[in-house]
Amino acid sequence: MVVRPARGATAVAAVAALSVTAAACSAPGGSGGVGKGRAPSSAVVGIAYEPDTLSPLLGYGKDGNSKIFDGLLTHDADMELKPALATALPKVSADGRTYTYKLRDGVRFSDGKPFSAKDVVFTYETILDKKTNNASKTELDAVDTVEAKGDDTVVFRLKYPYAPFAERTVLPIAPEHIAGRQDVNTGDFTTKPVGTGPYTLVKWSKGEKLTFKANSRYWGGAPKVRNFTMAVVKDDDVRATRLRSGDLDGAILPPDLAATFKSDGDKKTYAARTFDYRVVTLPTGNKVAGDTAVRRALDIGVDRKAMVDSILYGAGKEAYGPVPTDSPWFTEGTERTHDLAKARKILDDAGWKAGKDGIRARNGVRASFPLWYLTGDKLRQDHALAYASDAKKLGIQIKVESGTWEVIEPRMPKDAVLAGGGSPADPDFDQYTLLKSSLAGDGFNNMAWYDNARVDEALDAARRTDDHDRRKAAYDTVQRELVKNPGYTFLTHIDHLYVVGDRFGDLTTQVEPHDHGLASGPWWNVEKWQPAS
Amino acid sequence: MARLTGRRILFAVPVLATVTFGVFAIAAASPFDPVKAYAGTAGLTASQDDLDQLRANLGVDRPLVTRWWDWLTSALQGDLGDSSVLRQPVADVVGERIGWSVLLAATAFLAAVLLGTALGVLAARRQGGWLDRTVSAVAYTLEAAPPFWLGLLAVWLFSLKLGALPAGGLTDTGTTTITAGQVASHLVLPAAVLAVSQLPWFVLYVRQGVGHALEEDPVRGARARGLAPRTVLIGHALRSGMLPVLTLIGSRVPELITGALLVETVFSWPGIAAATVQAATSVDFPLLAALTVLATLAVLLGNLAADLLYGLADPRVGFDG
Repeated sequence: MVVRPARGATAVAAVAALSVTAAACSAPGGSGGVGKGRAPSSAVVGIAYEPDTLSPLLGYGKDGNSKIFDGLLTHDADMELKPALATALPKVSADGRTYTYKLRDGVRFSDGKPFSAKDVVFTYETILDKKTNNASKTELDAVDTVEAKGDDTVVFRLKYPYAPFAERTVLPIAPEHIAGRQDVNTGDFTTKPVGTGPYTLVKWSKGEKLTFKANSRYWGGAPKVRNFTMAVVKDDDVRATRLRSGDLDGAILPPDLAATFKSDGDKKTYAARTFDYRVVTLPTGNKVAGDTAVRRALDIGVDRKAMVDSILYGAGKEAYGPVPTDSPWFTEGTERTHDLAKARKILDDAGWKAGKDGIRARNGVRASFPLWYLTGDKLRQDHALAYASDAKKLGIQIKVESGTWEVIEPRMPKDAVLAGGGSPADPDFDQYTLLKSSLAGDGFNNMAWYDNARVDEALDAARRTDDHDRRKAAYDTVQRELVKNPGYTFLTHIDHLYVVGDRFGDLTTQVEPHDHGLASGPWWNVEKWQPAS
Repeated sequence: MARLTGRRILFAVPVLATVTFGVFAIAAASPFDPVKAYAGTAGLTASQDDLDQLRANLGVDRPLVTRWWDWLTSALQGDLGDSSVLRQPVADVVGERIGWSVLLAATAFLAAVLLGTALGVLAARRQGGWLDRTVSAVAYTLEAAPPFWLGLLAVWLFSLKLGALPAGGLTDTGTTTITAGQVASHLVLPAAVLAVSQLPWFVLYVRQGVGHALEEDPVRGARARGLAPRTVLIGHALRSGMLPVLTLIGSRVPELITGALLVETVFSWPGIAAATVQAATSVDFPLLAALTVLATLAVLLGNLAADLLYGLADPRVGFDG
């Protein structure tokens, strides 16, 4: 009795399998690379991480570019701010504490209800509400009040002058008439979002995929790619396999797997420039790592070029600070050449003398400290091992150990950590939390307990003015101070690699942050893609 | 039979209560921090004040026993609480996913039992023959192969090399509607891998059981009376040889659950397993507790089913256990 339905199911499966085979067989002949007879107006991409929520109120899309939503402002390909739901960049008062936005007229949410200033106020006030479980709300710390003036004007008042504030207003606006009526932390809106963006969510099958369809009444014009799917495939190899089989049109891949698509005629590889750095924290509380001579010796004693070549397969560049060398905010002349002899001399001069085993010591303190990396992160592991091996050549012993953040965190004041970070929007975002002495040990901020009065002063000066030249001068000071007294050894900036079918034409990428947001990669502007039919 | 079932249900109550308390205790003692897990990368730039506020909002600063008692009492009133990691009510999380997990596990289990029995009987019929040697060797090899590895191998062979079957997901990646045909074709590989990972146990047990039964006096007697070998095998040997397999069916349930966990991950199957992993590593108490109750129930039901089947198959076994 049990057997019969099972046979039926097997038969259905077999028939279905055959039909899929038939469809798949026709694909390899064509050069279009259209996966499994997919319509040209459809695109499917593979991503490695899934968001926890799609509610902007809980932090989704806070760095802009969220596909379902729009912010007041957005970024173009060069990460320059441009208006989105606002009609222009904000008017900033002379004291830098009042930001006024005029809103675009006639914008509607995808459910047809009009967008207005009260939705903006609702979004910001909800995020700042203590009861809202938004872990990114620290980023809006500067906001004192948000106020609607009529339907089309919003005024932000800040607690202190904060020059990069406009960069924070790329965060998506949620509709008050939906999100305001439910539990902000667990309501339907966290998985069934409604926004003003170019796409609407059709279905989020958690752990499997997110499917979107073009929002035909999008104020920026309806997208050509009508159906857009993000398949969640955590395993790198499986993602590469599904890309090769035509199941995916594009995917993010680690450098070694991306290289296997080089000879594939109908696919293009894109390397997105990033602010994503890998860094070693040298905690001030450690007698060895806290010593300026040791820090400076390590800074010029590590072979960054070798790390880029062997760990990143060339997909990245040497890092000398949080700002990548090709950013306009980078201070020319702060590049450090790899110089073992000079590094050894710095240590000799400071009184670190080599012992019998080749490890240096001074006043009975051995030049030795532990370096932790996050368990399971191969990239960090490779960086940590390379760093330890370079340090050994200088007579500094670094014991590489791995653990989860729970293991690492209590050790951060004394032990070094292989950390990562990077935010391209404004230099303040990285540098203030990384270097400000008053933030030492505050959560994961200033993990090295870096304490440098000149840096503190420059960081404050840089956020108090929106004069570009004065800000640049302040960040130049910070970067030069980091050469004289590095609290961190910056190692590399990592390119993010994507492979995408060429039927979508030549695509662009934005400069990317450390986080792999959903809308990173060549699909950052999928609404503008012009697929060939 | 009813008495056995009733006693087991009574027995399940303290077991479930203990298991959920155990989960809360282990989760609380684990080095994972629910606030860190909730905040994710955002936690790396959050101020301590905001992290503390989050801790209070999530209610994870309260003592272990209070948390457990609150969960238990509201669960008994039908409120399973909210999952912090998935940002939705636990009931929704379970409801959305459990059907797909049951479909996958049931298909795989059925296939493993049927195929395992068939192969086991074939192998037992002529012990030491080439078929027996091949089947046993393959079974021992598969027993050692982790389902995760088998899954990757299957994707490589059937999806990449042969292009015959989809490599993952519930439906074709580009579509939004769920049709039976699509689900069926996507079910083939994960169910087959899961079935294959369970198969060796059934093959080896059936082979052993039926092999022994063939040597037993009643079966030899039946053969001596000139009954057809087929009748002897199916009618006599299989019946008594299947008894150990019935016990096995119950005891394989935990293994099936862990196997499904890995298989669902490889094939991006939107079942309950992925949520379980997330719940555990994020110390998502409400979700973890609900899923543990489900898994425990599955195991208890598996054992009950095995005992009931055992009793039905062999009248000599009473139902007083």
